[in-house]
Amino acid sequence: MVRFQNVGMRYGLGPEVLRDVSFELEPGSFHFLTGPSGAGKSSLLKLLYLAHRPSRGLIGLFGHDLATIKRDKLPELRRRIGVVFQEFRLIDHLSALDNVALPLRIAGVPEAQVKDHCAELLSWVGLADRMQARPATLSGGEKQRVAIARAVINRPSLLLADEPTGNVDPEMGQRLLHLFVELNKIGTTIVIATHDAHLLQTFRKPVLTLANGELAVRRPRGE
Amino acid sequence: MLRRPSDLQLDRDPSGRFLPFAVTLMVFLAMLATAAALALSQSALGFQHGLEGRLTVQIADEPGSSLGPRAGRAVELLRETPGIATADELPREAVAALLQPWLGRDGLTRELPLPALIDVTLTPGMAVDLDALQAHLGNTVPGARIDDPRPWLDRLSRIAVLLEGLALAIVAAIGVATVAMVVFATRAGLAAHREVIEVLHLIGARDAYIARQFQGHALRLAFKGALAGTALAGLALFAIGRAAAQLDAALLPPVEFGPWSWGVLAALPLVASLLATLTARLTVLGALRRLT
Repeated sequence: MVRFQNVGMRYGLGPEVLRDVSFELEPGSFHFLTGPSGAGKSSLLKLLYLAHRPSRGLIGLFGHDLATIKRDKLPELRRRIGVVFQEFRLIDHLSALDNVALPLRIAGVPEAQVKDHCAELLSWVGLADRMQARPATLSGGEKQRVAIARAVINRPSLLLADEPTGNVDPEMGQRLLHLFVELNKIGTTIVIATHDAHLLQTFRKPVLTLANGELAVRRPRGE
Repeated sequence: MLRRPSDLQLDRDPSGRFLPFAVTLMVFLAMLATAAALALSQSALGFQHGLEGRLTVQIADEPGSSLGPRAGRAVELLRETPGIATADELPREAVAALLQPWLGRDGLTRELPLPALIDVTLTPGMAVDLDALQAHLGNTVPGARIDDPRPWLDRLSRIAVLLEGLALAIVAAIGVATVAMVVFATRAGLAAHREVIEVLHLIGARDAYIARQFQGHALRLAFKGALAGTALAGLALFAIGRAAAQLDAALLPPVEFGPWSWGVLAALPLVASLLATLTARLTVLGALRRLT
């Protein structure tokens, strides 16, 4: 599913923010990604959701080598990846429902299905009465739930989430994590970047730990 | 059913607001230039049709020599010449009427030594050696001279072609200016919506999906402007037509636009709208290709 081999990344001419990162994600796996602030978690996620290219090393995704893939093939790969951005990146002039509908509309799903699917998912994340609200009128937690709904609406093969429970209360955080677990059960590969030690303990999953741009993989005891 | 909202809020862009006004002006100017070219082409054709296959023979009034018998001899000679279908002397009143626009109606023409004019029609498909005819006429009828309109028509035709080319160049320049404006507005829009475009890309949007939004927006703005430009040009052409009809334009053949001319004029706003659409699409596709 995902394979990193000696991947390095830098922004422009700056220092390397990721150094010799190597790991592999099996299809249907569930990983947390953790590490101190500035360790490179968001940069690693950017490589995974194809917002950046590595400065060196090889990345394999869904069987494609990203160094040689043609630009017009990238949308197909991106449609198989759901992303919950740390700063949500919702589109301000669209309602919550239209924000969630974006991946389906981009993929050309018929409009009749789009509304039903989005309304159902927004109800599930507790936003049934906020479907027509614009992001500016939503609380941080509500925005986060809209962002999560947008990331999962298309049943992605790979789900990447950057601090997806950072702005919600613990109860909603657990509920959203259970959504990710359910998606994982039906085959979605999940990577969640988080600082939340409680989540790591509650959901005993393998942890990718980044420190000073270098990555270590830690598996929970008993696995 | 509610209209699906656009992912990019392009209708709020300040960069696109001037586009309809600019397209209005461009279409207005392009329609006037095209109408002028079409009218010119029709006028030249009208002259050509009116004068083709015709000659005028002029016999100057000379002191001591009666004009009538000389004109009669010239008519006889002309009628005997192979290739000439008809030869008729114009009555003196008709010759005086031709001079009326310059000399007025105050009877001056009655005192002037007017030449005799013979209207000659050539037989279609038969060549007449005008140099030989001129020499023969000159020997037989003193003061007779053939007025051949063909060199004048050739010059007129060349000028008409030149002016038509100039009008087309003006239309082409207007097209280039329109393209430049659309490119500018589209690039400004791309810069203003860079964030949203990046999100759309990351969600899996193809360049064509994003380009469709820009081209649809450009089409709406340009079509609005083109319709206004067409209306203004229609009013201007109507006013020019009314003013021209009031002129005593005996020398100008009437200009009537046929279906083809109207078709060309009607196509201009559509061409302008399509040009804007295509320009926006290509600008977006080019810019996105360079972006990543």
